[in-house]
Amino acid sequence: MSNLFDIFIRAVLIENLALAFFLGMCTFLAVSKQIKVTLGLGAAVIVVEGISVPLNNLIYNYLLRDGALAWAGYGHLDFSFLGLISYIAVIAAMVQILEMILNRFLPSLYNALGIFLPLLTVNCAILGASLFMVQRDYNFAESAVYGVSVGIGWAVAIVALAGLREKMRYSDVPKGLQGLGITFVTAGLMSLAFMGISGIEL
Amino acid sequence: MTVRETLLDPLISKNPVTLQVLGICSALAITNSLKTALIMSLSLTSVLAFSNVCISMIRNHLPNSVRIIVQMTIIATGVIVVDELLKAFAPDTAKTLSVFVGLIVTNCIVLGRAEAFAVQNNVARSFLDGIGNGLGYSLVLIIVASIRELFGAGTLLGVEILPLLQNGGWYAPIQLMLLPPSAFFIIGFMIWIIRSWKTEQVEQPDFERVEIEEAGENA
Repeated sequence: MSNLFDIFIRAVLIENLALAFFLGMCTFLAVSKQIKVTLGLGAAVIVVEGISVPLNNLIYNYLLRDGALAWAGYGHLDFSFLGLISYIAVIAAMVQILEMILNRFLPSLYNALGIFLPLLTVNCAILGASLFMVQRDYNFAESAVYGVSVGIGWAVAIVALAGLREKMRYSDVPKGLQGLGITFVTAGLMSLAFMGISGIEL
Repeated sequence: MTVRETLLDPLISKNPVTLQVLGICSALAITNSLKTALIMSLSLTSVLAFSNVCISMIRNHLPNSVRIIVQMTIIATGVIVVDELLKAFAPDTAKTLSVFVGLIVTNCIVLGRAEAFAVQNNVARSFLDGIGNGLGYSLVLIIVASIRELFGAGTLLGVEILPLLQNGGWYAPIQLMLLPPSAFFIIGFMIWIIRSWKTEQVEQPDFERVEIEEAGENA
């Protein structure tokens, strides 16, 4: 149990996907103009991560990894090189299903998320989480916790950045730094602040 | 658009990283040493050229509804080849790059160029566009990585340029340069420099600042 808590704290704060590993940066910088939009986007990321990481864990452990097919009598096969294609297919399918479910049962949230929902497929934070899960060899329970907590970490980061950017509308930014440039500098300062947390020993 | 423009425009005036906001994740994450940055640039450029050529070849037979999935499959195939090659011939670098080679699949430059260019243009043109954008991305990566490695460790490609204090020299390395935040700052300032030079890239502010006369007494 303490192990799972450890993974949670690590994924949300110390190894925050957005600010320590720079994953999902394109969306992070491009869509962080309003807090309201980022809240919806953050929720979508949490859901997709929370389902796709454990699902990919099952696929990796029971279909792809060296000797994983032993249950079917093909213990000598190693399909781990097919990992990338399988994970991205799972994620694309997941996003598509989520889109249909939301459209049917929660149309208001579906409309609020709009174009960002399909774009989650190519958000590297989501594929990245699955790849980290494989690299660190998490078991099913660990990967489920890891999926949800990286989602939370990413959501926290983007909502915080949107908050800063909303405040910054009133400041006088030099011309060439307007927009993208100042967003980079802001994100850099946030990342610096998050590094302070990395001193936590678990 | 001429051949020359297709190839050279993405270097500065339409740079994928600083103007199109594409492919930033890896530009930030693996730039703490020049060697990894070079290998990453090479991998990305080859995947980009490969996927642009393939997608452009089948562009007239591709139904719109399954477009994205087909593109993702082609890109992922290219990335798997590069990934396996790296693991076989440069295992150490493959380890430092960790998940970032795999993440070329979701690198927005690749899908972005496929969508914006390869589905509308012929094979040769798409190939050039792929190389051009790959070079534009590499340019940013190489500049950022050189700054970070030179000031963070005093070396370039592992060769000591600035004599370090611990080896009897005079240079005390700036640790911050090797940490994630410095990448944000360096790219932010690069954007500032490019946009001060090419002023047509400057973004309009969301709100115009208006000077207001001080009304009423100061409390």
